[in-house]
Amino acid sequence: MAKHHVTTTINGDPVEFLCEPEQTLLDVLRDELGLTGSKEGCASGDCGACSVMVDDRLVCSCLVLGVEVDESTVETIEGMADGDKLHPLQQKFLEEAALQCGICTPGFLIAARALLVKNPDPTETEVRYWLAGNLCRCTGYDKIIRSVLDVASEMKRA
Amino acid sequence: MHPFTLDRPRDLAAALALRAQAGRNDAPAEYIAGGTDMVQLLQEYVRQPERLVSLAGLLDNRIEIGPQGLRLGVAATMAEVAADPAVVEQFPLISEALLNSASPQVRNQATMGGNLLQRTRCPYFRDVGYAACNKRAPGSGCAAIGGENRWHAVLGTSDDCIATNPSDLAVALVALDAAVEIRGAGGSRSLPLVDFHRLPAATPHIETVLEPGEVIAAITVPASSAARRSHYLKVRDRASFEFAVVSAAVALEMDGARIRQARIALGGVGTKPWRVPRVEAALAGASLEPQSLRQAAALAAENAHGRGHNDFKIELMQRAIVRAVEIAGARA
Repeated sequence: MAKHHVTTTINGDPVEFLCEPEQTLLDVLRDELGLTGSKEGCASGDCGACSVMVDDRLVCSCLVLGVEVDESTVETIEGMADGDKLHPLQQKFLEEAALQCGICTPGFLIAARALLVKNPDPTETEVRYWLAGNLCRCTGYDKIIRSVLDVASEMKRA
Repeated sequence: MHPFTLDRPRDLAAALALRAQAGRNDAPAEYIAGGTDMVQLLQEYVRQPERLVSLAGLLDNRIEIGPQGLRLGVAATMAEVAADPAVVEQFPLISEALLNSASPQVRNQATMGGNLLQRTRCPYFRDVGYAACNKRAPGSGCAAIGGENRWHAVLGTSDDCIATNPSDLAVALVALDAAVEIRGAGGSRSLPLVDFHRLPAATPHIETVLEPGEVIAAITVPASSAARRSHYLKVRDRASFEFAVVSAAVALEMDGARIRQARIALGGVGTKPWRVPRVEAALAGASLEPQSLRQAAALAAENAHGRGHNDFKIELMQRAIVRAVEIAGARA
């Protein structure tokens, strides 16, 4: 099948790639562009490990065809830290040990950042419902939820 | 995924023409819009089209409210419609149904049209490891009848299919007398949403009245005072990101303490979004007393037919109606 030429911006950098129609955005990120921070848990939109931002919208990159991000802006976990300086959510996840195996972590971080942009002062219930599309099978959710709430309250004080 | 070619036509006319060349459902050519259901079906080999026609950017995504009511461009996402201030204020039932659906990631990507056209969650349909599924492979049988059928329909079933329609949005819209505007290569037409999905009968693979190549262009919902006094009750196995075991969409017009008119649709129990006109008729003029609600709700169970594991739904849907009417009735 003919490959498609896609022009996009990923983590602030202009990126062009060729992809097959049946490659998802997640396939492209991981297999063509070497951005392996986004993970494949289920490939059916259930687990959120592949969460990325497309044109400022939080989506599952496993449910988006690579072709369909032509002329879009994509943000992945690789762009979350500012050089060596971790994003406050990344830092807090470390401090609170809000991860064990880490597979779900990039998705949780991207989703949590999207929440705080939209709603800087969420209730615990709002955090839990917002993160309903991200599954963790080992850490449990309490430390993750607490980390997000802590960052929100620190941001409010700052 | 099975390899396919993907067309990104310049305009809708070109898309309609491309798709019209193929057949009805599960044709060699299919549309893709938000893709949240289509890509899952492709990943699982449930659908193996030779060609996909992308509708990205070709369809209206505006949300408009006027004196006549609401018009939803079919490309508006679930998240956009759920958060629209005018929808929240004047049609809260729609916002509630959407926010009770899927996850933030999916709601950001999935469109109105795709939501109405999403395929059933019947596990036998979704898993090509099971040979028997009349919806996926016409004439192959139904593994759910006699199989694990806790999730399946009790209303509108046939001997060939007992799969439910999974959309929460459609249940709310059917209760609100919504209509769909349909566009094809030959022109446009409009019909009530309640007539849009077909009963499975002997052809469960044909799920809607869409002709080959037609798309939904918009959803319209007439203005009504009942649209505000409403409630979407969703019963499910976990608190979020789960399809309905049973749901009830209720919109009421009240006359003091009595119901003047009730509009009620059910989800999770029918092979299509299920309006219950006999329950509505019984509630006209009724009070909100539990006894009268209970009697009216019992009429929903006429012709209900369980298959074993899903028998509990027949009682549960009546209780869901009673609870949802009580909640809607208590709203100012």
